[in-house]
Amino acid sequence: MTSQPKLVQGYEVVIGFETHAQLSTQSKIFSRAPTAFGAEPNTQACAVDLALPGTLPVMNKGAVERAIEFGLAIGSHISPKSIFARKNYFYPDLPKGYQISQFEIPVVVGGEVAFFLGDEKKTVRLVRAHLEEDAGKSLHEDFIGQSGIDLNRAGTPLLEIVTEPDIRSSDEAVAYAKELHKIVTWIGICDGNMQEGSFRCDANVSVRKPGQPLGTRREIKNLNSFKFMQQAIDYEVRWQIDQIEDGHAIQQATVLFDPDTGETRAMRTKEDAADYRYFPDPDLPPLVISDEWVQRVKAAMTELPRTMAARFVADYGLPEYDATTLTQSKAMAAYFEAAAKASGQPKLVSNWVMGELSRRLNSGEASIETAPVSAAQLAALVGRIADGTISNNAGKQVFEALWSGEAGEVDAVIEAKGLKQMNDSGALEKIIDEVIAANADNVAQYKAGKEKAFNALVGQVMKASKGKANPGQVNELLKQKLA
Amino acid sequence: MTSPALHDLSVAELARQLQKREVSAVEAAQHFLGRIQAAPQFGAFVALNEEATLAQARAADERIAAGQARALDGVPIAHKDIFVTKKFPSTAGSKMLAGYQSPFDATVVTRLADAGAVTLGKLNCDEFAMGSANENSAIAPLGFEQPAPVRNPWDSSRVPGGSSGGSAAAVAARLAPAVTGTDTGGSIRQPASFCGITGIKPTYGRASRYGMIAFASSLDQAGPMARSAEDCALLLSAICGPDPDRDSTSLDVPAEDFSRGLNDSIEGLRIGVPAEFFGEGLAPDVRAAVDGALKEYEKLGATLVPISLPRTELSIPVYYIIAPAEASSNLSRFDGVKFGHRAKDYGDLTDMYKKTRAEGFGDEVKRRIMIGAYVLSHGYYDAYYLQAQKIRRMIADDFQQAFKSCDVIAGPVAPTVAWKLGEKSADPVANYLADIFTLPGSLAGLPGMSLPAGFGEGGMPVGLQLIGNYFGESRLLNAAHRFQQATDFHLRRPEGI
Repeated sequence: MTSQPKLVQGYEVVIGFETHAQLSTQSKIFSRAPTAFGAEPNTQACAVDLALPGTLPVMNKGAVERAIEFGLAIGSHISPKSIFARKNYFYPDLPKGYQISQFEIPVVVGGEVAFFLGDEKKTVRLVRAHLEEDAGKSLHEDFIGQSGIDLNRAGTPLLEIVTEPDIRSSDEAVAYAKELHKIVTWIGICDGNMQEGSFRCDANVSVRKPGQPLGTRREIKNLNSFKFMQQAIDYEVRWQIDQIEDGHAIQQATVLFDPDTGETRAMRTKEDAADYRYFPDPDLPPLVISDEWVQRVKAAMTELPRTMAARFVADYGLPEYDATTLTQSKAMAAYFEAAAKASGQPKLVSNWVMGELSRRLNSGEASIETAPVSAAQLAALVGRIADGTISNNAGKQVFEALWSGEAGEVDAVIEAKGLKQMNDSGALEKIIDEVIAANADNVAQYKAGKEKAFNALVGQVMKASKGKANPGQVNELLKQKLA
Repeated sequence: MTSPALHDLSVAELARQLQKREVSAVEAAQHFLGRIQAAPQFGAFVALNEEATLAQARAADERIAAGQARALDGVPIAHKDIFVTKKFPSTAGSKMLAGYQSPFDATVVTRLADAGAVTLGKLNCDEFAMGSANENSAIAPLGFEQPAPVRNPWDSSRVPGGSSGGSAAAVAARLAPAVTGTDTGGSIRQPASFCGITGIKPTYGRASRYGMIAFASSLDQAGPMARSAEDCALLLSAICGPDPDRDSTSLDVPAEDFSRGLNDSIEGLRIGVPAEFFGEGLAPDVRAAVDGALKEYEKLGATLVPISLPRTELSIPVYYIIAPAEASSNLSRFDGVKFGHRAKDYGDLTDMYKKTRAEGFGDEVKRRIMIGAYVLSHGYYDAYYLQAQKIRRMIADDFQQAFKSCDVIAGPVAPTVAWKLGEKSADPVANYLADIFTLPGSLAGLPGMSLPAGFGEGGMPVGLQLIGNYFGESRLLNAAHRFQQATDFHLRRPEGI
């Protein structure tokens, strides 16, 4: 997968990921109750979600279609027939006493996620992605001496995405998670809201000396921010190395990261791992996905980032770097494309989007969706630079005026601020004649072969024109007159 | 001669009189409610709601008066307490669900109500439908302070069969003209046989399981029980039909009028007789009655074809692996957290689970949960559950092989007539072995029925089992109806009824 792995104290880090992406369906995976977040406890749970006697699950086709879309986006095999299984365990927030999941035959098999870490391209292979239902939530804070159960989340559709242990550092882990996050939000199967738990990562971390077999892993559960992900993995790696260096064997365990202490802490070890007694759910027939269904989903799918980047190179003549950068988010790509089409100046637009616009977005002033300068405004601005009306520098002043809300129309800003370049050659010739007359020594020096003297003359002309002269035109006319 | 009492009328005749307004739905309901209250000794009913029953009856009378009568308008029926109902408690015969009120009706209940049937009440059954004698109910029947076994109306010292024992006893005692039952491994057919009535379990997937409290999901199937095949056909036509929004295992096969072909000729019908159903385990009295019935079929123009169902014996271990495996998981939701019984005093969460389930479930249910958890556990799954699934497939294949040379299969329902109360209750395996003739068809998902075929030891009824191929309900009912046109076993009544 990678070039030479980076070692930590002589150890190679090996990481595999399990990510739970909440699918963006309106209703639950096996019932018609809504999935909206944040409602009053138990107001979005119907008889099926409460596991009332006599209720049965019925598959939500929308969840299946989102799984198919994911599989198509990362080049996986879509299983023509996958099986739902019951994972049996007792917990108060698990209403049926089992979770419906997929075990032996998942809906999505294989595929890969590729991303850049600096200049280096990395690829992480996926083992599988399977459909399952989420559990409810135990509320321990609201009741004295008792726990409450909120089943609003019970039955929410999840896609669990499992990688091979291909990741070799916390940097790579975060880059993978960000890329996966980009894919699921780009194709719209998940809202990606990590705070609300829509995108939760578990990292299986182990260390080994290079060339040795895989070490024993510990699983860090529920990493719900990229920052914590990095901190947790870094801490875990150091902890495991310290243990091994101190002569202790690593015990397989599930651990939690505590952001307050920055440490990971074991929840349970393998000894008390449950026997889930998986077996095919007799309430659900095998999930059959015909090739025709896959094709129908494919036809309705949004253009994928890598396809779009290739198109930007082909259609707009952008360098690959620009195309990749612009397709980091769907909104960014759409912004670029709208401005590029409106102005007919794709490379100039790309420079402005990646430059001035990104600088302001990165400083947190706004998101691309709320940017005060619209794609249409940027297109107008770029158009005025391209047709020579204003200089690039003047463009930045226009951009600032639009961004701050000082003005709304590009030409009006140019007019109000007097930024228009002097394109009237008669007026410019007059200025040039005056400059030549007033700077006889510079003229003499230029004619004696001193290039610097020419630049001084250009500067004088620009100054006399109050910066409105078009530098190219000044150069040209001055040369003619001094010839 | 006076006209027959309302409780002696067939469903078909009662429906006709109701629609002609010779009797009102309210009169019919009151008549049966009176009989139920006057004859609590069988322990058949566990819940009544007179107000709800009479409201339904009045609505039926209004429709009839308005000329908008439906097929079963005003016909009183009762439901096995495995179906959840809004107007009656739904207990599945378990302390775990004592007093439980469902916020919705089972699809079968809704479909029968939509056809105009009036619900009299809920019927006793083995806890979570686990049992073949109806000795496992934890709910006190009407008129009883404590849980009591259902008694066979033909001999109240004997069991009615199970798990739909209350259903069968109610029909035999003429407490309802027709009822619903459920069949997982024989729970409609065996009690029908023991109580001398007619019952049919349709092809797996024809009746919606929505609202049936699950025992073994891949086997559970609802069906009607009545005195005749003609009456069963009327109810089955209302019960069957797709329910894709509520039950994913419901088949996309349209509802059918099962009454239409009842009188078709059975001349040339090929009846397969499996050698394995007539081995040494079959009691001579049962054998004699079944042989007599087969002779009757020959007289009616059918031909008997010897066939083999070689894995009949294996159906017992296969069933007693698969059904408990599914049950162990299905019953996990009864944990004291959300509904149903919760232990009064407990320490931590695990203690709450343990005490709740120890108190809430009866012995037979616990036994099956333990077997089920065992066969699904890591290291045993392949040897038990997976192996059982493979043999289940072979058993289904055996039937397809047999149906190449016959149209229906006939044999005994059970090896013996109804046994004495308590006779086998200490020996679960003896109970399991008695299911041998009903299990193969259940495992294959085939339709099967039981119809009265004669009498055996102690004057107890003997049932004939007919098994059809998938979606062969119509043919089964036709064969049964022709038999009932030629015989009167189904018209006999227990002494004192």
